[in-house]
Amino acid sequence: MQALYAQLLVGLINGSFYALLSLGLAVIFGMLNIINFAHGALYMMGAFVAYFLLNLGGINYWWALLIAPVIVGIFGMILERTMLQWLAGLDHLYGLLLTFGIALIVQGVFQNYFGSSGLPYSIPDQLKGGVNLGFMFLPIYRGWVVVFSLVVCLATWFLIEKTQLGAYLRAATENPTLVRAFGINVPRMITLTYGLGVGLAALAGVLSAPINQVRPLMGADLIIVVFAVVVIGGMGSIMGSIITGFALGVIEGLTKYFYPEASNTVVFVLMVVVLLVKPTGLTGRAA
Amino acid sequence: MAEAKLAERPVAAAGAEVLTVGDLQAWYGESHILHGVNFNVRAGEVVTLLGRNGAGKTTTLKSIMGVIGKRSGSIRFDNKEIIRATSDKIARLGIAFCPEERGIFSSLDVRENLLLPPVVRPGGLPLDQIFTLFPNLKERLTSQGTKLSGGEQQMLAIARILRTGARFLMLDEPTEGLAPVIIQQIGHTIARLKSQGFTILLVEQNFRFASTVADRYYIVEHGKVIDGFANSELSANMDKLHTYLGV
Repeated sequence: MQALYAQLLVGLINGSFYALLSLGLAVIFGMLNIINFAHGALYMMGAFVAYFLLNLGGINYWWALLIAPVIVGIFGMILERTMLQWLAGLDHLYGLLLTFGIALIVQGVFQNYFGSSGLPYSIPDQLKGGVNLGFMFLPIYRGWVVVFSLVVCLATWFLIEKTQLGAYLRAATENPTLVRAFGINVPRMITLTYGLGVGLAALAGVLSAPINQVRPLMGADLIIVVFAVVVIGGMGSIMGSIITGFALGVIEGLTKYFYPEASNTVVFVLMVVVLLVKPTGLTGRAA
Repeated sequence: MAEAKLAERPVAAAGAEVLTVGDLQAWYGESHILHGVNFNVRAGEVVTLLGRNGAGKTTTLKSIMGVIGKRSGSIRFDNKEIIRATSDKIARLGIAFCPEERGIFSSLDVRENLLLPPVVRPGGLPLDQIFTLFPNLKERLTSQGTKLSGGEQQMLAIARILRTGARFLMLDEPTEGLAPVIIQQIGHTIARLKSQGFTILLVEQNFRFASTVADRYYIVEHGKVIDGFANSELSANMDKLHTYLGV
């Protein structure tokens, strides 16, 4: 039983990263119509910024949670202004290829300087240790990652679905020309949206640093699964990408317990099934 | 300081030209749609562009709003040249647009649709006045925008631009596809807005409807304004009008 709970926890943690990343992908896809293949590289950058902040500036984890998403978000907004914005109106394939190229460049640069092995990033003192829940031992940091990710996901959902700013965003996803003709600076909103999506990826990177170490290819490994999650959940829905992210993490965890041989493939098997049965994804709207 | 700002605000005297369109040309991609449109609108007027399908009426409105990529010539609004301005800047000058397809957002409920266009200047209609004009909307605030009937969607599309403080409204075929009783309600609304000092540029196929609200008409054909007359000259121009519109 202990092992089952442990795998469930691992599943929830992976699910947190899936949810944060697929949420950002969904927001970016809605507004920019771009399948952001650079997402994994930007997630990795988030972890590296946290590492630099700590080792070069002595700035701790808590500040990194705030600063890394902002720095990576600004980097993303520069990418959007200088490159992605010129792809507006073109086929998805162009954005996919361009961001894939950006991902390879960013990862290549980091690999050149840091190799492929992981750099250590230690758990902040306040979150060290664990609690015995009776049925299992819960490392505090892991519990924190799950709860904090969930809060960030729900806050993002609230921002998009329940606020005036979110109404602008949803409206501009549907009809950017008309929203602009109402007096809203839609190009600036697109840039900020990309910054927001990318910032979520960087935040996930910081959260992951103490668990998975800081590696140039940490995003490349993760992003393939995240894209499968996005395909299963469907691109259109915010809540859908959050729920699918957590759910697939848990399913992966359960598979590791009940049938470990399939644990690395279960997500992709589900992806194939969903693509065959409902190509727009479980919660997606038809494009 | 506040007083000085108020005094600077261009308040068009009744009858002053607020919109002057000169030699307006516009393109959709490679196709040249407008070939030199000339007309003007004075403050407080309801001016109607008439013409057959594809004559360039909608393109004229869209060019004024700045949503047509390629355009040349001159569009002066409140004595400012706006031919090069982006649509968000144009909206901020106080021009509001109600598109032919109404543009109600399906991912927003009625309230969100209504509150979507930002207030661009003071003097917009308060919500209670909007609900007096369109009582149906008040009862449907939490419905999804596109679940409304066609008539209600049209009312929502007009209502949401009245909040913004824009005093120059462009309505593209507001009566298209609507029942007579709703057309009548929209006619009353336009008359009421005019009496409150709004300036309205209307595009209409429904000539009988237009004649109930318009002060002046321009005839658009093949991307040009080919004729224009006042409502008082309407009966004298009926024969010509039938030829122009082919009705």
